[in-house]
Amino acid sequence: MCGIVGLFLKDRSLEPRLGDLLSDMLITMTDRGPDSAGLAIYGGAPAGRAKITVQSAQPEEDFEGLADALSEEGVEASVSRKSTHAVIELDARVLEGARAALAVIRPNLRVMGAGERVEIFKEVGLPKDVVTRFGIRAMAGTHGIGHTRMATESAVTTLGAHPFSTGADQCLVHNGSLSNHNNLRRSLIRAGMRFETENDSEVAAAYLTAEMEKGKDLGEALGSALSDLDGFFTFVVGTKTGFGVLRDPIACKPAVMAETERYVAFGSEYRALVNLPGIEEARIWEPEPATVYFWDHEKAA
Amino acid sequence: MPVFDLSITPLRELNGALHGLGPGTNDTAFEVINPRGHHAVAVGIDSPVTVEVRGSVGYYCAGMNDGGTVTIHGSAGPGVAENMMSGTVIIEGDASQYAGATGRGGLLVIKGNAASRCGISMKGIDIVVHGSIGHMSAFMGQSGHLVVCGDAGEALGDSLYEAKLFVRGSVKSLGTDCVEKQMRPKHLKKLAELLEKAGVTDAKPEEFRRYGSARKLYNFHIDNADAY
Repeated sequence: MCGIVGLFLKDRSLEPRLGDLLSDMLITMTDRGPDSAGLAIYGGAPAGRAKITVQSAQPEEDFEGLADALSEEGVEASVSRKSTHAVIELDARVLEGARAALAVIRPNLRVMGAGERVEIFKEVGLPKDVVTRFGIRAMAGTHGIGHTRMATESAVTTLGAHPFSTGADQCLVHNGSLSNHNNLRRSLIRAGMRFETENDSEVAAAYLTAEMEKGKDLGEALGSALSDLDGFFTFVVGTKTGFGVLRDPIACKPAVMAETERYVAFGSEYRALVNLPGIEEARIWEPEPATVYFWDHEKAA
Repeated sequence: MPVFDLSITPLRELNGALHGLGPGTNDTAFEVINPRGHHAVAVGIDSPVTVEVRGSVGYYCAGMNDGGTVTIHGSAGPGVAENMMSGTVIIEGDASQYAGATGRGGLLVIKGNAASRCGISMKGIDIVVHGSIGHMSAFMGQSGHLVVCGDAGEALGDSLYEAKLFVRGSVKSLGTDCVEKQMRPKHLKKLAELLEKAGVTDAKPEEFRRYGSARKLYNFHIDNADAY
């Protein structure tokens, strides 16, 4: 089943409340999937800075002295730990170098996501516990997506939780199952993409990353997905400044959207949206099958 | 008139009260406020009550209705009025997928649009949609009527048995074994009756086209024996 939510703010005065609003939306969707939960929050980014969200199964050992260890590798960074995750903030120019250094000095760390603005937190367990563990309610941001999982295609692990991130500031949540993911994964590996799991949704994320690397925008990449991905899906996708939604042509997997002057919101069900400010006056609709929807802060500006 | 506020009252109290009504009860007008997308609101009604739902509901609202009149002053999630036996369900807004699925009787009126699979496997229910419907509607429909004042999506009436379909607007495509059929006086008469019952005032029966089964799929055909 799975439950997915997304919130893209148009009104900047709502930005301090992003984490709080998104947390409530995701917790409402708990009974669509209790296996694991995750959120991606796009926060503010000081110019020239970047961040890497990492996860560890032994956070005490791995995060202890991590900033010093990075410094010894020539990477000046600050490390703020949140439970099993840590956010490493650094100069955007050394982002790739830092990832290479991390693989050497802390080989057990898993990168959840990286970029100028995205932070990704996901764990096994219920949405309310994941939200509390990572302090999501206090997080501000411009847009975010969340997922609560009922596992079908791969194991119930932290890495099998959503969102999946396969490119800088990109992430995807998925309700459904893909049937051609093994073939597509092989082609994407040949094209240079890296995979962390056997999960079908990670393939969808990597596919969109690969398409955008060819120069497509999010809307165009989602359009291509309709011909190249086979299976059931409702996707919600985030990029640095954008937010997209796509349903497969059969459209079995539920989706409801709401738009006001202040935000665009997505929920697997209407229940997820009922606490949003001004929902009574929102335009509410079901996204059409095989139709790309996307919003972009930069394009709107 | 019993009023149930679903923001403070558990759903089971509402449905339990509806199921507990005895013959000759005077409590025949229920109101539900703050439904907030709850699932299974007013399911399993088996007496001639009216239920006014003030807001939007989630999955399976008014499912299995047998004789009640349920009005949703909002939109409905998937499977509204699923397997209705008799009575009336009116949705002032839109309905999500498989509205009226497997319905055996009664009248379902959707004043907005309905999503995909509207009336899937319908078995005697009458469905009138003031707006448009999505793809795969009336799939394997066995009997009853589906009336659409707007447009129909892809594969209308796929694998249809004997449900009768009437569409005023365009049909994106017909499903396998569904064909356009001649509109006869008896169809116009039935259509006029359904439009009136559903409160449609801006459409005339003559503006609709009728679709039904070509009856080539569901009968065993001796000429095809070699194919098995």
